[in-house]
Amino acid sequence: MKVLVTVKEVAEVEDEFEIDGLKIDERYLDYDLNEWDDYAVEEGVQIAEENDDVEVVTVTIGPERAEETIRMALAKGADRAVRVWDDALEAADFVDVATKTDILAAVVEEEQPDLILTGVQASDDAFGATGVSLADAIDFEWAAVVNALDLDVEAGVANLRRELEGGIEELTDVDIPAVLTIQTGINEPRYASLRGIRQAQSKEIAPKSLGDLGLDASVIDSEITLTSMYEPESESDATIWEGSADETAGKLAEFLRDKGVGQA
Amino acid sequence: MSDVLAITEHRRGELRDVSYELITAGRQLADDLGGDLHLAVISGDVSGFADHLNREGVDTIHTVDEGEEFNHDVYTQVITQLYDDLQPGAVVMPNSVNGLDYAPAVANHLSLPLVTDAIDFAADGALEVTREQYGSKVETTVEVDADHVALTIRPGEWPAAEGTGDADIVSFDASIDESAVKSTVTGFEEVGGGDVDITEADILVSVGRGIKEEENIELVEKLADALGATLSSSRPIVDNGWLPKNRQVGQSGKVVTPDVYIAIGISGAVQHVAGMKGADTIIAINTDPNAPIFDIADYGIVDDLFDVVPALTEQFQ
Ligand SMILES: Cc1cc2nc3c(=O)[nH]c(=O)nc-3n(C[C@H](O)[C@H](O)[C@H](O)COP(=O)(O)OP(=O)(O)OC[C@H]3O[C@@H](n4cnc5c(N)ncnc54)[C@H](O)[C@@H]3O)c2cc1C
Repeated sequence: MKVLVTVKEVAEVEDEFEIDGLKIDERYLDYDLNEWDDYAVEEGVQIAEENDDVEVVTVTIGPERAEETIRMALAKGADRAVRVWDDALEAADFVDVATKTDILAAVVEEEQPDLILTGVQASDDAFGATGVSLADAIDFEWAAVVNALDLDVEAGVANLRRELEGGIEELTDVDIPAVLTIQTGINEPRYASLRGIRQAQSKEIAPKSLGDLGLDASVIDSEITLTSMYEPESESDATIWEGSADETAGKLAEFLRDKGVGQA
Repeated sequence: MSDVLAITEHRRGELRDVSYELITAGRQLADDLGGDLHLAVISGDVSGFADHLNREGVDTIHTVDEGEEFNHDVYTQVITQLYDDLQPGAVVMPNSVNGLDYAPAVANHLSLPLVTDAIDFAADGALEVTREQYGSKVETTVEVDADHVALTIRPGEWPAAEGTGDADIVSFDASIDESAVKSTVTGFEEVGGGDVDITEADILVSVGRGIKEEENIELVEKLADALGATLSSSRPIVDNGWLPKNRQVGQSGKVVTPDVYIAIGISGAVQHVAGMKGADTIIAINTDPNAPIFDIADYGIVDDLFDVVPALTEQFQ
């Protein structure tokens, strides 16, 4: 069985930052593995540990820099990786869901996985749509926001829970092949061991251009264009207490006492 | 002229708030596009739901009597068929957990450009949609250059529609291909019971990822003790297993309405805010002056929690 895990390197914004046109200035960005994908990788690796003959392959749409993040996933136990990038993607301000779907569908065509795990959303653009869109495109079954998974490989069914709003979970059975979008908390992602990190160095990260996947640059054409990016005007009318920690704590304490807090 | 089709949501026999918000958002878009607002209500007691949904601004409600509860295979098929029938300019869906489970499939199936989690939009010629990125630190607008679009809206952003309407209520006969229904909902379960009920607390001291290590939780526990407050948290604390699920505030946790909510090292992600914005007084302690939590806080301290929290605890000992 083959499990394909989508892995995105996301940018995290520092506390203070500047926007330069349609992007945040590179100086203020740190890159990391998308939090939700970390849980998806862990779930894939656990499936491999619990079943015989499971290969875990990761797929990333991202520049060469992303290989650092991909190595992290490999160090945690993924077997090999595919990374899709080229000049056309590099030049795009914004890659929409349809484009990601087309690219990932082409990778699925090559890899023929039985199960695909994605994160619920990416923390940077927060579209939360790629997994389910992909499922429709490749005619797989799917489930979004999965926070518990019990895979019955023989029966070809995934027994899972979907985490709904307000502390309610839905119990659902889904036929595989399927795409599952993974919610944080489903497992405890492991840290990469030193041995894992060493082994990851020799694992394959296959770079692919759109052309390699039988696609051309038109796949990036989108009816959606990013037109502006700005810091939201603060609606805040918060009173900010200033001073040293002792001073601000003192002001907060006074405020709380006035409210009758802590006077039991 | 271009109509709007909005897909309402219900669970376990009750319409969810976002359904009424969809009416407001859908009406706004239909006015911009110069068309009618159609609602669809799929599964469950559809005629009962339709009566509730018949509020001001709705032109037509399509009831689709298929199954009891949400099933994404059924929803996707029904919406596709409704779309073929009505050819609306926009399909508007909720950015709820169930919305996440069918909207992208609908958009892909119909080859519609998809914009999710809209917090605002305007269609004056082209459709411009406002969204947030990077955990609400940045807002973006995207322009959609198409005659047909799929949109999901963030729950809580549009006011609920009110007033009684005079919509046409029509039943829509979908033809469901049962062989393409490959998922089965087998039940629901409530999680997060246990020792304390944070929804009952008057004062909540809430801890987020800024606390960094499990050992450090004790620092905030001490403060809660000193204040006679109840300890709650954001999601990562629960995901890490540092506190039980019944302490989680937010969209997938509990909705709380204490007199005082002290958010310590919590950024104020939309899914967290969904659970605590109803608190009477919100106080945030965070090193990042741009953290979105300050947008909804009444009082704030921009400083290191590891300095402020012990100093505050001391004040009450
Ligand atoms: C479908 C779905 C449902 C979700 N449901 C929920 C939910 O119910 N509840 C929930 O909370 N989240 C939920 N989330 C997750 C949510 O998106 C955020 O990831 C989460 O709320 C972030 O938690 P946080 O604020 O503690 O962490 P972060 O966003 O990492 O913020 C940590 C904050 O601590 C500050 N900080 C760091 N160090 C210090 C210091 N020394 N002193 C002071 N401040 C410091 C930082 O500046 C930062 O603002 C959900 C997500 C999804 C996709």
